[in-house]
Amino acid sequence: MSFVHNFPGFSIVLCMVAGIISTPMKGKHAKRVTMAVVSLVFLASLASLGYVLSNGEPFIYTMGKFPAPWGNEIRVGVLETLLASFFSLIMLLSLVGGMDHVFKDVKEEKINLYFILVDLLLSSLLAIIYTNDLFTGYVFVEINTIAACGMIMIRERGRSLIAAIRYMIMSSIGSGLLLLGLAMLYGITGQLLMQPAHQALVAIREMNGGALNVPCLITISVITVGLAIKSGLYPFHSWMPDAYGYSTISSSSILSSLVSKSYIVFLIKFFYRVVDMKGISDSRILNILFVLGLVGMIMGSVGAIRATGIYRMIAFSSIAQIGYVYMGIGLGTDLGMVAAVFHILTHASTKSLLFLSAKGLTDASRNQRRFHYLQGAAFRTPFYGIAFLIGSLSMVGIPMLAGFISKILFASASLDADAGRAISTLVVLAISTILNAVYFLHTVIRIYTPVNIPEEVKDEKNSSPFSAKVALFVLILINFGLGLFSQPITDLIQIGLGMFG
Amino acid sequence: MSKRNGKPEDQFFSKLKRWMDGEMDPFAGKLESKPLREADIKGKNMLDPDMLNKEEVEAILNDASRNKQMKTYNLFYKLSSVALCLLLIALLLLNVSYLPKFGSAENPTENEVVQRYVEQGMDEVGSVNLVSNMILGYRGFDTFGETCVLFIAATCVLVLLKKSEKEIEEEKETDWQYEPKPDSILQIVTNILVPCIFLFGIYIVLNGHLSPGGGFSGGATIGAGLILYVTTFGFHKTQRFFSEKTYEVAKVGALCLYSVTMSYYFYTGANALKNIIPLGTPGHILSSGMILPINIFVGLEVACTMYAFFAMFRRGGM
Repeated sequence: MSFVHNFPGFSIVLCMVAGIISTPMKGKHAKRVTMAVVSLVFLASLASLGYVLSNGEPFIYTMGKFPAPWGNEIRVGVLETLLASFFSLIMLLSLVGGMDHVFKDVKEEKINLYFILVDLLLSSLLAIIYTNDLFTGYVFVEINTIAACGMIMIRERGRSLIAAIRYMIMSSIGSGLLLLGLAMLYGITGQLLMQPAHQALVAIREMNGGALNVPCLITISVITVGLAIKSGLYPFHSWMPDAYGYSTISSSSILSSLVSKSYIVFLIKFFYRVVDMKGISDSRILNILFVLGLVGMIMGSVGAIRATGIYRMIAFSSIAQIGYVYMGIGLGTDLGMVAAVFHILTHASTKSLLFLSAKGLTDASRNQRRFHYLQGAAFRTPFYGIAFLIGSLSMVGIPMLAGFISKILFASASLDADAGRAISTLVVLAISTILNAVYFLHTVIRIYTPVNIPEEVKDEKNSSPFSAKVALFVLILINFGLGLFSQPITDLIQIGLGMFG
Repeated sequence: MSKRNGKPEDQFFSKLKRWMDGEMDPFAGKLESKPLREADIKGKNMLDPDMLNKEEVEAILNDASRNKQMKTYNLFYKLSSVALCLLLIALLLLNVSYLPKFGSAENPTENEVVQRYVEQGMDEVGSVNLVSNMILGYRGFDTFGETCVLFIAATCVLVLLKKSEKEIEEEKETDWQYEPKPDSILQIVTNILVPCIFLFGIYIVLNGHLSPGGGFSGGATIGAGLILYVTTFGFHKTQRFFSEKTYEVAKVGALCLYSVTMSYYFYTGANALKNIIPLGTPGHILSSGMILPINIFVGLEVACTMYAFFAMFRRGGM
């Protein structure tokens, strides 16, 4: 047994320990601990990815002496390690990019608390990605929710408290439904571990003539709705604009690119490993997700067009992007799932780039978030202007950038599905792309419109630290990387999803 | 007003739309005691801001009797939420009717998992209390996560309520008003009760592997004793034996030792190494391997968290 086996499990424990020892520390030291831990987790996840790839098969790591189903275990495959390394990298960059704002927005005596929340958030993200047991997933979903809530409200300015309460209420409903669903699933199958639960469901399906029976359908839909609420699928999205718009910028970036995605990853795991794709496709639950995803793609973009401030616009754009992911899942084909997972990566890298660069732009515009004040901001802070431009182009889907590849993948995946789905996907994809272009390019034109600004604003030189610019630069590189070298990554996702089955 | 009466249909649907988008809160101004800020009124854009001043707009916005659309909307909101809840209740009840009968021996839950927990739990993990075996031994990772849920909940309360030293210092002038008045009956009863509560809590923690109980319930008992003491004697007296420093040392120490124990357990378990923690004879006080120390760590953490919740809500500091 190689030493690398220990990496994923101990990444989770390491993050928790980092959170615990940050309690008595000063903010500066807590920051150092967090940065070190997030970087370590990134390296460890990369190492495990390499190990799993070279072995060609996933491995099971028992958390303790007893093998599952008696004890706890985590499962480490290609997709899990890929997502873990990507998520920890994005988290690191989001933290570096918004670090000066964390120290500005958060009261001095609470800075170490912020890093405790970040540490535990990372541990829960990793555990949700790696878990092979539904109940372990639920426990860490709870940690994830509470940590995210704290990260929203720690700014204590503007509407961040209201946003946190909204988030808490919606998220609690989601967690409650998830727990109810898991309890019912346990009652039906008698298992919490994914593989045995799957076998029990297959047995039920065989007894019932190939289809899932009523209690299974209700249970699966309750779990699906719970996770959809938590990830912000269209009709359950009302908490998103405030939560993303009024928290400190690192939080917005982490919340929109990682937290909502982790629930989708859990849902994909649930579909693949517990229900399996045949069962879920037959059950028609996917049809509802597909339709809601399509509606979300349009409505999110419409909301973004109507938004008057830049953060609200980016937040509404997140709703549209979540719609894309659910649309990909709803296609019900393997290719659709690959596209959905790829879009998770695309959106994570692009959205954090957009949030961080938007912060740079508003900093150069007297901290005003309304478009009116942002006019000409790109001339005042050229680097952030270019970063925002690249992020926007990627979201719109310009070739060479990540967003283009996701759109291509969605479009080609839709051709594999039945005619109705294919046509509706292509049509909505086209409309959504135009709407994306409307609001993103509108903003880009706005920030590149010269304006005669008063002298005192001109003097407000952007004083963001060099490290923040490096973080943004790396995010830009990731965007180009995903756009130019997408084939190896889609291959990895395909291998990973294959290992799920 | 004339503008509003023009298209009542639009008004209703646009309101619904904005509510769905999260831009409008139908309860805004009803539940809060503070008046709405200017930005919130502007965001609603229901009336021309130049025509009326802020108070009038607010009054019209929130007065259901003058605002017919609001009235209809509120009615729709209530009816639809009731309908949604009834639908969910019906769905869940329908599902319950399909679920296997509770306690029946043929249930899918009565499988090899439960069998091993009951039959071999005592020999494998070492505790007479089978629930302790399950949560701290077999599924120790979940419980570690669960303890972290408590830890992060306490952190979030700190985020919300913690005051800086300066603020606490400033409020010292008025803080005595909230301190308990010297009530001799309460003090005498507390003096008798608190040691008993502490002892009982410690008993529950230490006996967690022998009888029902354990870290969570024992810790909650100790925490309740601390809260009783502080409500009787005030913070000043409590700080003599339980200050912020004690709290931090106890909590961080307990959690660190807990994570070290769990890391050791995970590492040896997963790599099939020998675990040097002896299991002892089941039924003895010093037995069951790591369950006893973990119960103590969890008990400390839970007691500290309970007290911290109280102290934070009371005055934003220990």
